[in-house]
Amino acid sequence: MENWITEAHSDAVHFNVKVKEQLYHGQSKYQMIDIYDTYAFGRLLALDGDIMITEKDEFIYHDMIVHVPMATNPDIKKVLVIGGGDGGTVRELTRYKTIEQIDMVELDEQVVNVCRDYFKDVASGFDDPRVHLYFEDGVSFVSGLKEVYDLIIVDSTDPFGPGEGLFSKGFYENCFYALKEDGILINQHESPYYENDAYEMKRSHANIKRTFDIAKVYQFHMPTYPSGHWLFGFASKTMDPETVDLSTWEALDIKTKYYNTKIHKGAFALPTYVVNMLEEV
Amino acid sequence: MNNYMPTGGIEWSQDWDPTTKLAIKVTRHLHAEKSPYQQIDFFESETYGTFFTLDGLMMVNEKDEFVYHEMITHVAMATNPNIKKVLIIGGGDGGTAREIGRYKTIEHIDMVEIDERVVRLCQQYLPVTAGHLDKDERIQLLFTDGLEFIKNTPDNTYDLILVDSTDPIGPGEGLFSREFYNNCYRALAEDGILINQHESPYYDFHVHGMKRAHLRLNELFPVVKVYQYHMPTYPSGHWLFGFASKKYDPLKDQNREWWESLNMTTRYYNSDIHRGAFMLPNFVMEKMK
Amino acid sequence: MLDHNKTPLYDALRKHIESRVIPFDVPGHKQGHGNEELQKLFPKSVLEADVNSMKSLDFLGNPISVIKEAEDLLADAYLSDESFFIVNGTTQAVQAMLMSAVNEGDTVILPRNVHKSAINAMILCGAKPHYMYPHFEAKFGMTIGVSLEEVKKAIEEAPEAKAIFLINPTYYGVISELKAIIEYAQCQGLLVIVDEAHGAHFPFHKELPKTAMAYGADMAAVSLHKTGGSLTQSSALLLNTRKIERDHVKTIVNLTQSTSASYLLMTSLDLTRKFLMTQGEKNLEMVLELARNARDKINAIDGLIAFSAKDFNPEGCYGFDETKLGVCVTGIGLTGIHVYDLLRDEYNIQVEMGDSHNILAIFSVGDTEKRVNQLVSALSAIAQKYKREPLDLKFNSFNATAVAYSPREAFYKEKERILITESAGRVSGEFVMIYPPGIPILAPGELITEEICAYIELLKREKGSISGLKDNNVEYLYCIKE
Repeated sequence: MENWITEAHSDAVHFNVKVKEQLYHGQSKYQMIDIYDTYAFGRLLALDGDIMITEKDEFIYHDMIVHVPMATNPDIKKVLVIGGGDGGTVRELTRYKTIEQIDMVELDEQVVNVCRDYFKDVASGFDDPRVHLYFEDGVSFVSGLKEVYDLIIVDSTDPFGPGEGLFSKGFYENCFYALKEDGILINQHESPYYENDAYEMKRSHANIKRTFDIAKVYQFHMPTYPSGHWLFGFASKTMDPETVDLSTWEALDIKTKYYNTKIHKGAFALPTYVVNMLEEV
Repeated sequence: MNNYMPTGGIEWSQDWDPTTKLAIKVTRHLHAEKSPYQQIDFFESETYGTFFTLDGLMMVNEKDEFVYHEMITHVAMATNPNIKKVLIIGGGDGGTAREIGRYKTIEHIDMVEIDERVVRLCQQYLPVTAGHLDKDERIQLLFTDGLEFIKNTPDNTYDLILVDSTDPIGPGEGLFSREFYNNCYRALAEDGILINQHESPYYDFHVHGMKRAHLRLNELFPVVKVYQYHMPTYPSGHWLFGFASKKYDPLKDQNREWWESLNMTTRYYNSDIHRGAFMLPNFVMEKMK
Repeated sequence: MLDHNKTPLYDALRKHIESRVIPFDVPGHKQGHGNEELQKLFPKSVLEADVNSMKSLDFLGNPISVIKEAEDLLADAYLSDESFFIVNGTTQAVQAMLMSAVNEGDTVILPRNVHKSAINAMILCGAKPHYMYPHFEAKFGMTIGVSLEEVKKAIEEAPEAKAIFLINPTYYGVISELKAIIEYAQCQGLLVIVDEAHGAHFPFHKELPKTAMAYGADMAAVSLHKTGGSLTQSSALLLNTRKIERDHVKTIVNLTQSTSASYLLMTSLDLTRKFLMTQGEKNLEMVLELARNARDKINAIDGLIAFSAKDFNPEGCYGFDETKLGVCVTGIGLTGIHVYDLLRDEYNIQVEMGDSHNILAIFSVGDTEKRVNQLVSALSAIAQKYKREPLDLKFNSFNATAVAYSPREAFYKEKERILITESAGRVSGEFVMIYPPGIPILAPGELITEEICAYIELLKREKGSISGLKDNNVEYLYCIKE
C-alpha cells in the first residue's frame, strides 16, 4: 500500500508527499505531532498536519532566520528564541562563539523531546551549555522584560493554534521593550501568495511597522512551505540590514548552504506585488 | 491539515518528483486535445483561474503567469534599451510576446512555436496571455520547429533571443541541445542577449536540466549569469532563468533610470529585484559549478 | 436531583429535523432555501433548527411537554422551584420579576446601581423606587455592594415597600452580604427579587459565590447567555413559589415574551444546562485558574490593579466573583474608556467594558490560556508605552442622586431641552448612561447635580458610548418642565 501525506496550501490546492513510514505520532497538550520518513525529503516533521521541517531543506529556513541578523550585528551576545522547538535555529546560533547566552522559549516540550530523538542533527544545539530551555508561552515570557536581549527570533508556526499570539501587536511591543538599544527582532512572516497566508503577512507587518523604526521583510525559497515563497521580518531600533558592512561576517568563515552575504542583500529585494501588499497596510 | 478537497470537483495533479505532487481542485475541464506534438488540456480552478497543461505539466495559470513572463523579459530589456529585434522560441501562450510588446522601442518580434494548436487554444481560453498576439503588428507568428528555424537564421539577426521552452523532454528536448545554442549564438548581434528557461535547483530531475542548460551557455558566452524567481506552481517554486550575452552584464549594465523612466506597471519585476534575483543561495551556485 | 444528562428539548428538535417535515408554516426562510447569503453565513444545521412552535416541540407561552421538562431541569440546576425560559434577554426577565412582585404605586427598595431594565420596569408597572446607596469605592470610581445596615435603613425609611431588589454580583463581581440581607428582608415581609445577570455560572463550582436562590430569594433573573454559555438573548427567570404563584408569573412573562420564541435560543438553554451540570465544575476550575493567574500577572505590572475582594471596603464587599477580571488603569495615567479603545483598536482585543477608572474582562468556559496571555501581554505593552502621571479622578456620582418623581411620572411629564452644562439643579426627564453596562448615571425623575454634569463631560471627552438621551451628540438633556 502506498502512503501519502497531504497538506492543504489553500482550500483547493494540496501538496502530497509519499511516505516510506511513519516514525512517530503523538498528541501533545497543544498539537498533533507527526514524524515521517519520506522519499523526497528524508525525515519530515508535521505539526497539526502542516509541514514544519524536512531534512532536505531545513537548512534554508534556519540559515536565513539566523545569519541575516548575526551578519548585521556580529556583536550579538544575548539571544531569545521564541518557538523553534525543532532546534534548528538554536543549532545555527551556537555556531557563533561570540554569543554568550541563548534562551529558548517553546510552548510544547514534547516537540523538543521528539526532535531530540528523531532529528539528531537539527536538535544538536540543545546540549550547548549556553542554551537555556523554557517551556512556556513566549507571549508571557517576553511581557515586562526591559532591555535584556540583543536579538529576538520568533520562530513560530502559523498564527492559529499554538502560534496564536506570536503575531499580535502587544507581543511585538513587548519584544521591543525586551530588546536593547541596537536590538533586532526577526519573525516568521508567512507568505504573500495564497490568500490566507498573505492576510497574516500584512497583519504582522502592520503591527511591526508601528512598533519599530526599521521594519523590513526578506524572502527565501522554501520548497516545502505553501507556494515556496516565504518571508521573514527584520525589525530593529537602529540597525539597517541593507546598509551595514557584512565583511566581519565573511571573516568568520562560517560554512552555509543557503546564506551568503550577496543573498543577504538580494533577499530584501521583493517583487512589486509583495512591496505593494506591505505598503498598503 | 484535515480539510480535504471540497466535493463536486475534479482533482488535477502534477508530480513534482516521483514521490511529491501538487494537487489542484478544478471546477471544470475546459478542453482536452492531442496535437501532433503533445497532449493539451485547459482547466478552470478556484485558486488559479484558468490554467493549461502540456503532457500533464502546468504551463501557465492566471494567478502567477506574470511572475514568469515579467522575469523572462524585463531583466534583459532593462539591461539593453536598444533591443529592437527579438526572437521568442516557444512561448506559445503569448505571455512573453505580450511583455516584450509593451516596449515601444521594439521593432520586430518573431515568435517561433512548434505547436500552432497551443497558440490557438490560448487565444481562445487564455486571452490574458495570448489576447494581443493578433493585435500587435510587430509580432510574426511562425509555426515551425525552433531548432530548424534557428539553423536557417542568418548571422547577426537578433538583439535578444528568449528561449521560453518546456522541460527538456518531448518538444522541448532539442532546445537544450548544443547545436541549438551554437545557432542562437550565431544569430545574435554583437551585443546580443539570450535568456533561457533554466529549470530549478531543487528536485533531481530539474537539477539535471539546470546543469544542462547552464553548461550550454557557459560553453559559448563570455557573460553568463543565472537569476531566480518565485514561481509557486512550478515544482519547488524555486525557478531560474539564464542570462547570457556577448557584451552586457545584467548587473553592471543595468539601466535603472531608463527602465524606470518608462513608468511601466509591473507586478513582480522592479529595479531592486533585478539585482536581488542574481544573488543565489550557496547550494545553487555549487550545483552549477 | 434530576438526570441532567437529559436534553428533552434538544432531543425533540433533533427528531423533528430528522423527520424532514415539509414546512408550510413560518419561518418563511424555509431552512434558508433561496437565500444564498443566508445559507453561506449560517450552516444548514442552524437554519434547520430555526423552527416555529408545533405540537411535538411544545409552546413557550404555555409549556406542557418538552419545554416544560427542560424548564424543570433548569429549575433543578439553579435550586429553584420553577424556571421560565426567556428569549428576549434578561431585560425581559428583570421586568417580569418586578411586574410580578409589585403593582402600580407600590414601593420597591433597590440599589442605585441597578441596570436600566429595572428602572424601565418601573416605568411600565408604575412602582416607585426607594434607593439604597451602595458603598462607593472612590479608588476605583465604582459602586459596589449594599451593606446590611444600608438595607435596614432603607426598610426603615420606606416601611410601605413591598419588595427589595438586589444585584448579585455587580458588573465587576462584587457580592453583598446576601444571606443576611435576604433573611432580614423576608423577616420584614418583603419579597426578595434578585438580578443575577452576571452570576449564571455561580451554582456550578464550589469556589464561586452562592446564588440568591440558594439563600431562598423569591425570584431571580439569570443571564445564561452571559457567563453560562448559551446563545445571546437566552435567559431565565427563576421562581420560588412559597409566596408567588407560578401562573401569575407566567401571565406576566407572556405580556412581553415573543410568541415566536426562537428554538435556537431555547435549545441552547437546554444544552447549556446539561453542559454546566455535567462538565461545569471541571471547566470552571480551569476558568478560575486562568483568572487567578491573569490577576497575579497583571498585578505585577506597574500601575495596574486587577482588583479582588481584598481591595474593597468589607462593608460593601462580602464576596467576590474571581471570573470577572476588572483592572483599574488610572495608575498608568489613562481612563478605562481609553484603554478599552486601545485594546480594541490597536490590539484586536474586545473587553466587556471600560469606564472612568477601569476595564472589565469577562472570563468564561470558552477561554484559553493563549488568549489570556495575549490580554496580559497587551496590558503590559500599554502600561509601558502609554504610561504617564497617574490620574486623580474624583467622582461619587451614584450616591448624589435625589428622586423628585417616580420613573413613570417623569416619563410622562412635559419636558424641555436644556444644555447639559446648564442643567444642574433641574430634574432629568430621561436616562443618561454608558453602555455597557447600562447602569444609569441619571434616571428619569432624578435631580441633576454639578458632579453628574462633570462626570458626563468626562465621559464625552473620553469618547465613552453614552446612551439613553434623545440627543445623540450628548449636548442637550430633556428635563422636566418647571
